[in-house]
Amino acid sequence: MRRAIDDLLDRAPVTAGDVDGFLRDHSFPLVEGNQVTFAFRGEADAVRLRHFIYGLPTAQPFHRVHDTDFWYFILDLPQGSRVEYKFELQRGDHVEWIRDPFNPLLARDPFGANSVCQGVGYERPSWTQPQDDVRPGTLDHLILNDTPFGDMRRVTVYLPARFRDTRLYRLLVVHDGGDYLTYAALKTVLDNLIHDFEVAPLIVALTHPGDRLVEYPDNQAHSAFLAEHLLPLMEKKYPLIQSPAARGLMGASFGAVASLAAAWRYPGTFGCLLLQSGSFAFTDIGQHSRGPAFDPVVEFVNAFRQSPGKPAERVFLSCGTYESLIYENRSIVPLLQQTGMNVRYVEARDGHNWENWRDRLRVALSWLFPGPLWMVYE
Amino acid sequence: MTGEFIRKNAVRVVLLGPQRMAPILDQAFSLLDVEGNVAVITAGWQEREAEDQELTNALGRPGINLKLYARSDEVFRDDPELFEANRVKQDFLKQLQELYRRRLTHAMAAARQMQRLAHSDSVASGEVVVPHLSRAIAMVRQLDDEHAAQVEARIGQFHTEWKPSERPAVARQRAEIQAILDQCEAVAIAGGHVVALLNRMRLFGLQATLAQLPIVAWSAGAMVLTERIILFHDSPPQGRGDAEVLGNGLGLIPGLVALPNARRRLLLDDRQRIALFARRVAPAHCVALDERCWLHYTSGQAWRAGPTTRQLTESGQCVVIEAV
Repeated sequence: MRRAIDDLLDRAPVTAGDVDGFLRDHSFPLVEGNQVTFAFRGEADAVRLRHFIYGLPTAQPFHRVHDTDFWYFILDLPQGSRVEYKFELQRGDHVEWIRDPFNPLLARDPFGANSVCQGVGYERPSWTQPQDDVRPGTLDHLILNDTPFGDMRRVTVYLPARFRDTRLYRLLVVHDGGDYLTYAALKTVLDNLIHDFEVAPLIVALTHPGDRLVEYPDNQAHSAFLAEHLLPLMEKKYPLIQSPAARGLMGASFGAVASLAAAWRYPGTFGCLLLQSGSFAFTDIGQHSRGPAFDPVVEFVNAFRQSPGKPAERVFLSCGTYESLIYENRSIVPLLQQTGMNVRYVEARDGHNWENWRDRLRVALSWLFPGPLWMVYE
Repeated sequence: MTGEFIRKNAVRVVLLGPQRMAPILDQAFSLLDVEGNVAVITAGWQEREAEDQELTNALGRPGINLKLYARSDEVFRDDPELFEANRVKQDFLKQLQELYRRRLTHAMAAARQMQRLAHSDSVASGEVVVPHLSRAIAMVRQLDDEHAAQVEARIGQFHTEWKPSERPAVARQRAEIQAILDQCEAVAIAGGHVVALLNRMRLFGLQATLAQLPIVAWSAGAMVLTERIILFHDSPPQGRGDAEVLGNGLGLIPGLVALPNARRRLLLDDRQRIALFARRVAPAHCVALDERCWLHYTSGQAWRAGPTTRQLTESGQCVVIEAV
């Protein structure tokens, strides 16, 4: 396939005007079938694409076009991919990471924002964006003073639109609730999916961690906080169905580990698990190489693999195929299936990021907490 | 008995699409020359049944809510035996629906496969494939008919064994409902949960009474008035989106399948899906009831439809209804 940039490359010499015209006539990154052209213009000794695709070299060098200040790089990107990236500029000894100046599309996370490349076939789902006719739910706040952590914890509570205390609801506890709200549009997603009857009206407890790297990997205090403090309080304060099948735990990355660990420590308490890009690192022999933060994770996952029991009834897992954790997630699926739990596993051409987790919420939540879509015609 | 009753009386109904964002209820009642009190049925809203202020405002005339959902709660509280019998019936129907759904998945897959072959340059010629497609659709129709008959038989069994209308708890409510209906010129039936609505209308024996009054019904309210209720969604988050027969409706409007909010729930540009849907329920007409759409039915006369009201055709299109 002949790419747009090939016309520019065929010219000799390439003038500043040619580059101006090329940049004016196209938007970047330029997606042409399964190939994406990234562009940069400016003085540098080297320009590299820093992406978060496991399996490719993390820094891919751009090519300078003849003697100009225009640089490009072409990436093969399979259909439906979504990739977050930055440019690495090297000027002498100085190395700087910047967002793509030609690309207004950004994905935010707790560390800032990345540029986003949407491959051919990817489209942001409409249910992740606010809709005018959707009745919004509300956010409430709870304070738990006496917790196993020894400090006070705040919990944000999502109540669905048309909430009433004469009816009973299912409960979903979400790790890193603030980040899910901010970076994965969780409130908008819940509002839309509940409004469309695809997901049952839920009460959602959004937790805010202290040091998540300490609290999440199979920490007894954290599991006790969920099962012995938060759950009883939620059941006392809100009209909840008091059955494991109507309770879920959800989390991404270390939050998925925390969810699985809590369900494992308190089997028969939380019937549904939604585990996104779980950091399920393990070793078959020897030491792991993921750094000290993963020590308690590996210890837990190894113990879990040895003796999984049956922590829940239904488990939904998702992972991006461009994540380094894809091997660990694929590995845990058959193990979970062997426990007799009902397991659903979904992959997407995306990375370890909030928008990947956002985009999987429809299929996950509608599977764990199906709404009356087929029965309600308003 | 009910059928005879209905046939002897002129049923006058206006069917509408969703009313929340752009209500045309007022105009619909004007079409039926209704000026006085309107009995309102919002049982499809379940526990929100009484929250009808917005709806009452949109009626443009006085409304009295029949509160069928709350009345059924009262009935089941007062008559635990009936409650238990009803629960057993509903559990049975759920199981029946699940088994039907499983068989339907395969029958629909076969029909779709034949349809694809019929529209492809496959080795099989049209001469061979087309009759196979017809047979595959016939098998789906047979399954639909069988399911509807089984559902109806189980509901019939419940009514024969328990005679709800003769039980004091139900009879008391029916008398109160009738007293309200006697003060009303017409009935408004809102959408919502189609099973919750249908079951309560059946429990209180409303099909015969309703045939005497002009009715405006929308969404699930429109579905329950037809002969056969089809549950549908072409792109659900789970499953293939094969439309399912729920069972028979109240049968006030013959030869029509009501498809509320079709623009949102159906892939109207997918000609093969539309064609399969239309062929599956033919000769009944599939009417898309979107916002601002209306269809006026008087028994024994041709339908009249609003300028934007459409129906699905066996050729796979969604076309404006002229006169059917």
